[in-house]
Amino acid sequence: MTAGGSLLAVWPVLVPLAGGALVFAAPSAPAVWIAGATALLAAAASALLGLAVARGGAFEHLAGGWPAPLGIRLLADGPAALLAGLHAAVLVVVLAHAALSFEPGERLRRFLGLALLLWAGLAAVALAGDLFNAYVGLELVTLAAVGLVAQAGEPRALAAAVRYLLAGLVGSMLYLLGVALFYGAAGVLDLPALRAGAGTGPPARAALAFLTAGLVVKTALVPAHFWLPAAHANAPAPASALLSALVIKASFGLLLRLWWGLDPALTAGAGASVLGALGIVAVGWGSLQALRARRLKMLVAHSTVAQIGYLFFAFPARGTAGEAEALAGTFYLVLSHACAKAAFFLGAGNVLSALGHDRLAGIAGIARRLPATTVAFGLAGASLAGLPPTGGFVAKWLLLQGSLGAGDWGRAAVIVLGGLLAGAYALRVVGPALAATEPATVRRVPLAHEVAPLTLALAALALGLVPGLAP
Amino acid sequence: MSISLLYATAGALTCALALFAVAARRDLLGRILAVNVLTSGVFLVLLALARRGSAGGPDPVPQALVLTGIVVSVSGTAFALALARRARADEPSDEEDA
Repeated sequence: MTAGGSLLAVWPVLVPLAGGALVFAAPSAPAVWIAGATALLAAAASALLGLAVARGGAFEHLAGGWPAPLGIRLLADGPAALLAGLHAAVLVVVLAHAALSFEPGERLRRFLGLALLLWAGLAAVALAGDLFNAYVGLELVTLAAVGLVAQAGEPRALAAAVRYLLAGLVGSMLYLLGVALFYGAAGVLDLPALRAGAGTGPPARAALAFLTAGLVVKTALVPAHFWLPAAHANAPAPASALLSALVIKASFGLLLRLWWGLDPALTAGAGASVLGALGIVAVGWGSLQALRARRLKMLVAHSTVAQIGYLFFAFPARGTAGEAEALAGTFYLVLSHACAKAAFFLGAGNVLSALGHDRLAGIAGIARRLPATTVAFGLAGASLAGLPPTGGFVAKWLLLQGSLGAGDWGRAAVIVLGGLLAGAYALRVVGPALAATEPATVRRVPLAHEVAPLTLALAALALGLVPGLAP
Repeated sequence: MSISLLYATAGALTCALALFAVAARRDLLGRILAVNVLTSGVFLVLLALARRGSAGGPDPVPQALVLTGIVVSVSGTAFALALARRARADEPSDEEDA
């Protein structure tokens, strides 16, 4: 671990944090420019971090020079740099789209400020060097995310926001209980020391169980998914994009890092199989609800529940022959799902602007008014269904290899079936959109609003064409 | 039974009761209060871990964790109450209890 370039680990957290605060403090007109400058600076910081990790390997930074466990330890390794890059890419596109599509004024300022604070929290979780800093980062993410859901102020969104906040707080408290038990067992909170010192007895197992439970609630794995569809469907479209693409992955990334960073003897056992089984249920349930949804944003939100299920297929593969492929597939899925889902939600926002509603019954012929958005729906749907050559296909292929390597034919069948179901509910959107009828649009959506969903959908496609991304 | 074991048991029981209340209660305010009680239970467990025998006084790290947790839980509770009040204000027909 080198000490050089160590401040690079701090900028991805500090820049959006300061920028977000400034956006709220400054008057309305400059706020947009401040947000834009902050986004570009933060993206540059993430890029520099990625370069430093690629060139020099993982490094850590102790804030203020205080040693652990009293100090804040930031760890920049491959997965952290990759996540930071993902956050930057998706956030820059979504922020640009919001700046174009929202009316200038308080609503835009609130969105930009909250999105920047969310960025800071996401970076804090990705770069956290120990469990407690991760907790603080997770809370920042939850509060900013709930703010993003609630900021539109309409009743459905407010009710969904309260539910989301309560579920998030319960998840955080379960996580904190796990942290407490780990501290009691080992006296330290950073992962390498925990691996050595926590042992495999009941306290460590209980701690892992609580940590997992808390993070599972935050990642909305079935049956703790009840808060997600309403929250993601009723938030403003750019907010939903950030929620489904990035927020879910923050707690999931932490869970992954936890399970793979701890003693294998501790994580062996029924827990991994339970997570895998819940993943299978999530794929089935989410896809079913997506097929039955009547509103476009509800369909996309239920699709998120289903795709989250796939993320948990790596856990039963731990310790088996298919582990490396399953992990690589999970990373690809995190990246490609983020791009595809953000594209879908931004496109849904365009549909909502054009039609005045997002009921699927009225979506026929929308391709005439929103051609680029329909292409985005098609590409994003292909990635969600796992069609080649998208990133989603690479992810599913790797997950399949991981399952077959573990001898798990049932899970492999679920992956294939899930792809079919995803194709089916994606076609519920793309099929009618391409129909030859005249859509009942109430507003013209400028072409500039269609750039962002198309860009993200093309990114999901490009992920399938770039080799060797998984760390 | 030592004092710290008593605190830890009390904290665990509080957490269990609060989790049950979050799931079982129908009213929003009751749920928010249950989450608050849950945080108190977790903090109690953390404080029970702060004992370090008779040498050198209590361990400051769990105390720091609890302080941070208190700040977060106060912010979260305030946010939840503000959201609930705003959600309630949009549906005046729900107003029954004082």
